[in-house]
Amino acid sequence: MATDSIAAPKRPFRSHILVFLAPAVLVYTAVMIFPLISTLYQSFFSKDWAFIGFGNFVTLFTDPRLSASFWNALGNNFWFFIIHMVVQNPIGILLAALLSNPKLRLRGFYRTVFFVPTLLSFVIVGFVWKLILSPTWGVTQGLLKSVGLGALFQPWLGKEEYALTTLALISNWQFIGIPMMLIYAALLSIPDEVIEAAECDGITGWAQFWKIQLPLVLPAIGIVSILTFVGNFNAFDLVYAAQGAQPGPNFSTDLLGTLLYRTFFGYQLQLGDRALGSTIAAVMFLIILTGVCIYLFGVQTRLRRYQF
Amino acid sequence: MSKARQSLSNTIAAHAILITYTVIALFPVWVVLINSLKSRKAIFGSPLSLPFGDAFSTIGYETVFKRGNFILYFENSLIVTVVALVLVLLFGAMAAFALSEYRFRGNTLAGLYLALGIMIPIRLGTVAILQLMVATGLANTLVALILVYTAQGLPLSIFILSEFMRTVSDDLKNAGRIDGMNEYKIFFRLVLPLVRPAMATVAVFTMIPIWNDLWFPLILAPAEATKTVTLGAQMFIGQFQTDWNGVLSALALAIVPVLVLYLIFSRQLIRGITSGAVK
Repeated sequence: MATDSIAAPKRPFRSHILVFLAPAVLVYTAVMIFPLISTLYQSFFSKDWAFIGFGNFVTLFTDPRLSASFWNALGNNFWFFIIHMVVQNPIGILLAALLSNPKLRLRGFYRTVFFVPTLLSFVIVGFVWKLILSPTWGVTQGLLKSVGLGALFQPWLGKEEYALTTLALISNWQFIGIPMMLIYAALLSIPDEVIEAAECDGITGWAQFWKIQLPLVLPAIGIVSILTFVGNFNAFDLVYAAQGAQPGPNFSTDLLGTLLYRTFFGYQLQLGDRALGSTIAAVMFLIILTGVCIYLFGVQTRLRRYQF
Repeated sequence: MSKARQSLSNTIAAHAILITYTVIALFPVWVVLINSLKSRKAIFGSPLSLPFGDAFSTIGYETVFKRGNFILYFENSLIVTVVALVLVLLFGAMAAFALSEYRFRGNTLAGLYLALGIMIPIRLGTVAILQLMVATGLANTLVALILVYTAQGLPLSIFILSEFMRTVSDDLKNAGRIDGMNEYKIFFRLVLPLVRPAMATVAVFTMIPIWNDLWFPLILAPAEATKTVTLGAQMFIGQFQTDWNGVLSALALAIVPVLVLYLIFSRQLIRGITSGAVK
């Protein structure tokens, strides 16, 4: 017994560690990791379980009908992401910068309000905007008319050339709270001395924002970007709620998520296809993994972090 | 003097931008809420006016309650969200405690393994998740949804909670050990009460995506008896597309509970985010 306490590294088996870890690891492995691996594995098999290597991927990329849908959805997905990056994140930064001014009144109120859309479900957001933009109801039309811009109105969600951008903007409206909050938190963590030192050097207002604050919140902007990327490349709900499983007009709002749903479950006369569904999921997995790796190894390590 | 004037105009400009965005953020919600209480004629005649006098009507809500099983859907959503939340918090805290408190072989590896799910969405495994649920007879049960949401919520909650548990003083835990408390008592009696604020933050982050999810209810539990509010509202609206009163009321019913909960917990949520819980 006495030797036990001296030879400390050889501790008795501590069963409580296992008890603490087991439930989380079991559920997580059985319901998340195992299905993920199994889905990737199934993408190498045909519908009747014959191993066909990269056959499904070849079909997905080259089959005249399916590949057209795939490349269309992939292109749409990139456009969807670009709109988020150039609209949602800059507006989020602007709002966060305005809110971080400690002398501003009603900060709490604005913060609370700007986060409301983020809490609503995609179904609500999709339908609410569909109704508001609908030419049948005419709310938007009426509003535009009242400011003399009635001629600008279009049934945006119903026109092939506008529908995807409109949906992306709706999604921006919904999620602006997240970049705003994360960047707001980063701005608040900048110590007062840094700001005061800048003020002593005569750097104020916009110059201060560009030269001092923005560089200091770049890591937060990096996180926001990767969260946006992951979220966009597995988006499904909003498009499904607003435009259905065959996101019209003429598939102009089809994303990888809706394509996966359609392929896996089938629609109308086309039967669902487990193998090709797995293949699309595998491609989405690779895209997201690539994005996350670029972020982790290419962006995050290069951002300069300042320790205060 | 001119500096004071400049700062005043800056403040006005800031408020102008913020108020504009307030209107943009709230307008759609507002339009739905007021129109859900109007007659069909008033919805189309004057969509922006308040529901007073002739315009007032609760016909939409009557349709929703008569034709849809919204009370059942609410129950389902509530059961799924609450049970999954409790499991995420309990299992998450236990795992976080194991990872942050003890040094053992494979600790870092276990931490990395559990963190994978923060970035990789669980949806990508849907094909096999459905097969699993069908094989175990759990398809079209609330248990399937609870399991999936528990797995989905665990990675982030373990990550956040273990950061917090590292800040709990070692002296306190060692004092407990000297007093003869076993490791389970130390966890439940000493550590858990101290990380309650972090648990609340994790709770809010976990709850919102579960309550709002459409994908898994649609795929794993689309039966009438197991529909959640989100899926129920989606189906109801799809079916009654031309009944504007019904659609607007269904939307309002889906919005109000979330809005009320948010107003109660918004301080907690915002403090959670801004305290750097999410890094």
